[in-house]
Amino acid sequence: MPDRNLIGGGRLTRAEQSGDRRDLSGAQKPKKLAVLRRLWRYLGRNRGLVVLALCLAVGGNLLALLGPLLSGRAINAIGDRPGGVQFGPVFFNAALMAICYTASAVFSYLLARVMNRLSRRVAYQMRRDVFARLSVLPVGFFDRNQAGDLISVLTYDVDTVNQSLSNDLLQIVQSVLTVGVSLGMMLWIEPRLVLIFAVTIPLSVFFTKYLTGRVRPLFRRRSALLGELNGFVEEMIDGQKTTRAYHREQAVIDRFDAKNAAAVDAYTKSEYYGTITGPSVNFINNISLALVSMFGAWMYLRRAISLGDISAFVQYSRKFSGPINEIANITGELQSAFAAAERVFRLLDEPAEPADAADATTLTDVRGEVALRDVCFGYTPDRPVIRHFDLHAPPGSLIAIVGPTGAGKTTVINLLMRFYDVDSGSITVDGQDVYHVTRDSLRGAYTMVLQDTWLFSGTIYENIAYGRADATRETVEAAAKAAHIHSFIEALPDGYQTRLTDNAVNLSKGQKQLLTIARAMLLDANMLILDEATSNVDTRTEQQIQAAMRDLMRDKTCFVIAHRLSTVQGADRILVVRDGQIVEQGTHRALLAQNGFYASLYAAQFDAGEDESPAEM
Amino acid sequence: MKGILRYIRPYYGYLALTLAIKFVASVMDLLIPSILAQMIDRVVPLGEARPIFLWGGAMLLCALISVLSNVTANRMAARSAGKITLRIRHDLFCRISHFSARQLDRVSIPSSVSRLTSDTYNINQMLARMQRIGVRGPILLVGGVAITLTMDVGLTCVLLATLPLIALVVYFVTKKSVPVYTRQQSVLDDMVRVTQENIAGVRVVRALSKTDYETGRFEAVNKTLADTEQRAGNLMAITNPASTLILNLGLTLVVLVGAFRIQAGQTQPGVIIAFLSYFTIILNAMLGITRIFILCSKGAASARRVSELLELPDDQPVLPAAPARKSEAVAFSHVSFSYQGVRDNLTDLSFSIDRGQTLGIIGATGSGKSTVLQLLLRCYDADRGEVRVFGQDVRTFPPEILRTQIGVVFQNDFLLAGTAADNIRYFRDLPDEVLSRAAFLAQADAFLHESPDGLQRPVLARGNNLSGGQKQRLLIARALAAQPALLLLDDASSALDYRTDAALRRALRTACRDTTTVIVAQRVSAIRHADRILVLDEGKSIGFGTHETLLRDCPVYRSLCEIQMGDGGEEVQTHA
Repeated sequence: MPDRNLIGGGRLTRAEQSGDRRDLSGAQKPKKLAVLRRLWRYLGRNRGLVVLALCLAVGGNLLALLGPLLSGRAINAIGDRPGGVQFGPVFFNAALMAICYTASAVFSYLLARVMNRLSRRVAYQMRRDVFARLSVLPVGFFDRNQAGDLISVLTYDVDTVNQSLSNDLLQIVQSVLTVGVSLGMMLWIEPRLVLIFAVTIPLSVFFTKYLTGRVRPLFRRRSALLGELNGFVEEMIDGQKTTRAYHREQAVIDRFDAKNAAAVDAYTKSEYYGTITGPSVNFINNISLALVSMFGAWMYLRRAISLGDISAFVQYSRKFSGPINEIANITGELQSAFAAAERVFRLLDEPAEPADAADATTLTDVRGEVALRDVCFGYTPDRPVIRHFDLHAPPGSLIAIVGPTGAGKTTVINLLMRFYDVDSGSITVDGQDVYHVTRDSLRGAYTMVLQDTWLFSGTIYENIAYGRADATRETVEAAAKAAHIHSFIEALPDGYQTRLTDNAVNLSKGQKQLLTIARAMLLDANMLILDEATSNVDTRTEQQIQAAMRDLMRDKTCFVIAHRLSTVQGADRILVVRDGQIVEQGTHRALLAQNGFYASLYAAQFDAGEDESPAEM
Repeated sequence: MKGILRYIRPYYGYLALTLAIKFVASVMDLLIPSILAQMIDRVVPLGEARPIFLWGGAMLLCALISVLSNVTANRMAARSAGKITLRIRHDLFCRISHFSARQLDRVSIPSSVSRLTSDTYNINQMLARMQRIGVRGPILLVGGVAITLTMDVGLTCVLLATLPLIALVVYFVTKKSVPVYTRQQSVLDDMVRVTQENIAGVRVVRALSKTDYETGRFEAVNKTLADTEQRAGNLMAITNPASTLILNLGLTLVVLVGAFRIQAGQTQPGVIIAFLSYFTIILNAMLGITRIFILCSKGAASARRVSELLELPDDQPVLPAAPARKSEAVAFSHVSFSYQGVRDNLTDLSFSIDRGQTLGIIGATGSGKSTVLQLLLRCYDADRGEVRVFGQDVRTFPPEILRTQIGVVFQNDFLLAGTAADNIRYFRDLPDEVLSRAAFLAQADAFLHESPDGLQRPVLARGNNLSGGQKQRLLIARALAAQPALLLLDDASSALDYRTDAALRRALRTACRDTTTVIVAQRVSAIRHADRILVLDEGKSIGFGTHETLLRDCPVYRSLCEIQMGDGGEEVQTHA
């Protein structure tokens, strides 16, 4: 059995993620590389767009960075005396500025469009891959993992990865470019003034690093506590009615207050440090500006630098400090994207349902003879659920599975449908080993009605016709009539075209079950599985659809799980399941004669009436 | 918004101080570029180095004051925003905790949750950010314009001309993007729904080999989602390039106009250099202000949603008590009730039972069985007629008196994340022995002692790690724990097999002899030995009496008994 909590365990809290990250740095470098390589594959599929984006980014930035240089030249041409303006160069440079800025804006707009297209493709492909994997994973995977976790991989994680691929990478390219070009320009204008940055850049880098180191755990704590508060609120409001019924409002409010205070405190603390960043970076910028002004003015005084150069230098220096801070921020985001990518890939790496055997044949013309020989099975290797189990069901027979709640009655069905595979032993249908026929044909040989009614967000018609591509309006209506749900459907404003997504239709549990029964009536498989199929239908309706159920079951090999023992008394074979074990089997009569567990279960449903009188109460 | 102001008022002084400090910080930021102009135009011509460094020192001093006051103000803002949010959230949670069932139905649980979480969070964000950038933005804008005006009126006009253009771009993009984002959200919901359905229905999908069909369904929403995302992105893509372009063209214009003005001796080159700095500051302020607008409208929407709930009045006041009728435990007299106010869910219902008696209620789905319990608990008030508990109108009970005497299990009742003990105790002050006894009576012993944890056995949210029968037994234990005078069980043992159910009934009968019990059930066996049985059909009573009398007089009840207790196996025998 694969890792039990693959996704569950993979979904670490933010705090754990970073701990994980630290551990990853040394030993697991190759793994990181592998993730990167797979990420690249998504980008690589759209190589053209990536190259185009890079060209646009470089072009747009370079053009924008020419601006200060040109404005500096224009200012030099203006000079510092009235009447001394050389208009020719001023106009020339101003025109160049306008052209550069316009071209740069066009480039960056195009870039944004290209990136949108790229990110649309990557997100689309990633989600498609994830869903494709979900649809080949074994059923057991879904039993082990929470739906919410899987969905968050599909939404949150894919989104995070995609955002990061499309925004952060580009941002880094742009930032590096800006820093590099600005530095080059400044060196070109006046290398001596650049020495100032030898002081302020390390200061800036050191400070940002120190701050992110401090702030990140605070932010992690803040989201953890906020998440905890949200979870608590969601849970307790869900139970508000119960809380009121027991008059425990105050006790719940007290608990809420504690969580609220903790969340607000964490929030305030993270803000405390988090909001230092902006002013501090601004401060370091201002220091740079002050120093550049001082030394620039001093050099200007000594005629070592021109006015235009000071202007250009000041502008470049302003461009220069921003990206450094930005890069620090982005590395944080990249790390969370990395963790998200790992979760996506872990899901994509889940082993699929093993392929059908090479010699697998298609099961056709099923008569419905089912045999289990010496079957052993357990959901986990250490806890066998079924041991050396034999069963022979001739065509058209009725096999009932009974037992207390939670005893594992559905296990047998999981094996028959090959939702799970046996550990040892064999299962045959019409003498053919089920492991040598295709899964689709095996599953198609059964009709199944489950206790957990499943309807999807289509129309009622689509839901009933779900298993039959060739269903017609007439056959669907006939099935609905047989399941005693036709008149209800007809009474709805949109009839069979009513969409089940709309909140307007409030189907009761019983009505949902009738719809799934109607769906089953459309199928013509020769074997039938009923798992508490009528448990939510009230007794009178159940009585009414009895005839239809009888039709449904006629001449079919039936496996019936039932609560009400009365419904299975006529079974050819009753399997009694207790604590995950099949403890007894036989006909109703034989089992009663055994006077074992079944007999006591049977007695229990009547004992109520026999051993007490109303007066006693 | 007004409702929220009440919470802000106590902090007016503190907020004023924060804003004052922020004001100082912003002024400092504004001074720095003007000092640069001062240096180039006034100090450099003096030809001395000392004043240059003096003015440079002044710049550093400004920077220092700016950073210190900014950090201080930001911290103060975080503190006051936190404190205000704490109060709002507390009051809101209190209010929701005391909502009547009708109010909670109307507001709905998901909406209450989102108001408590994301809306209060938005308010917090708004409060903190408004203080941080709400002052800074306007001051930088106004101050920047003012300073540039003192430096050069002509150049300032150039600068001012660009601002409305940027505002216009931001305004239109924001306006257009809101519906696109709303749509994106709903398409995302669609994708989640399809996935959820596929996970929940994996057995059906596989059994019917519908994987390809489902993949097609997913493909469709995936594509729509990707397209919508791209459309939203493309719309937003215009903002940055456009505003940067407008700014940069403005800069170019400043240089050009500056050239003419210097030629005419109307201005000095240092001013142009300073202008270029102010331009950036003012643009950022401008963008900041548009962000504030977005933040504000989002915050105001949240504030409205929060105060809406805070202002909901108590719709179930306690009425003055009338003298109680002694022997009567539970009584309905001519009660009619409707959830939606459209069709009566209960019509003219009357019955009563005495203290210590057991009442069974049976009937088809939707016949009003659960509604009877909801009215008994005063989750809802009857539209007409009177509901009495222990001889007293339920509307005259203070809730703490009525509800502490009742033990109840609702249909699919609520289990919280924690331990089995937490769930049985349910925040009440009950010692462990009492919990064990309740668990024993509720037949929960057996499964609790399967694991060494016993009562400390962990329970996941909504009891997800328990089977239906285990959940029901814990809930029953909860209802029994405080030895209630009135026990209400709504379909509370439907997931139990007959054997456990029978054992439970036996235990209840011996241990809760004096407890008045109302049992709602689908199975006749669960209620057939009750002292009185009420048979409901579409909200009306069609039978009230003992099992024996009803068997004789009530055909619906008789047919129920025949189906369930009698020889119901016939349908399977026919073809066996």
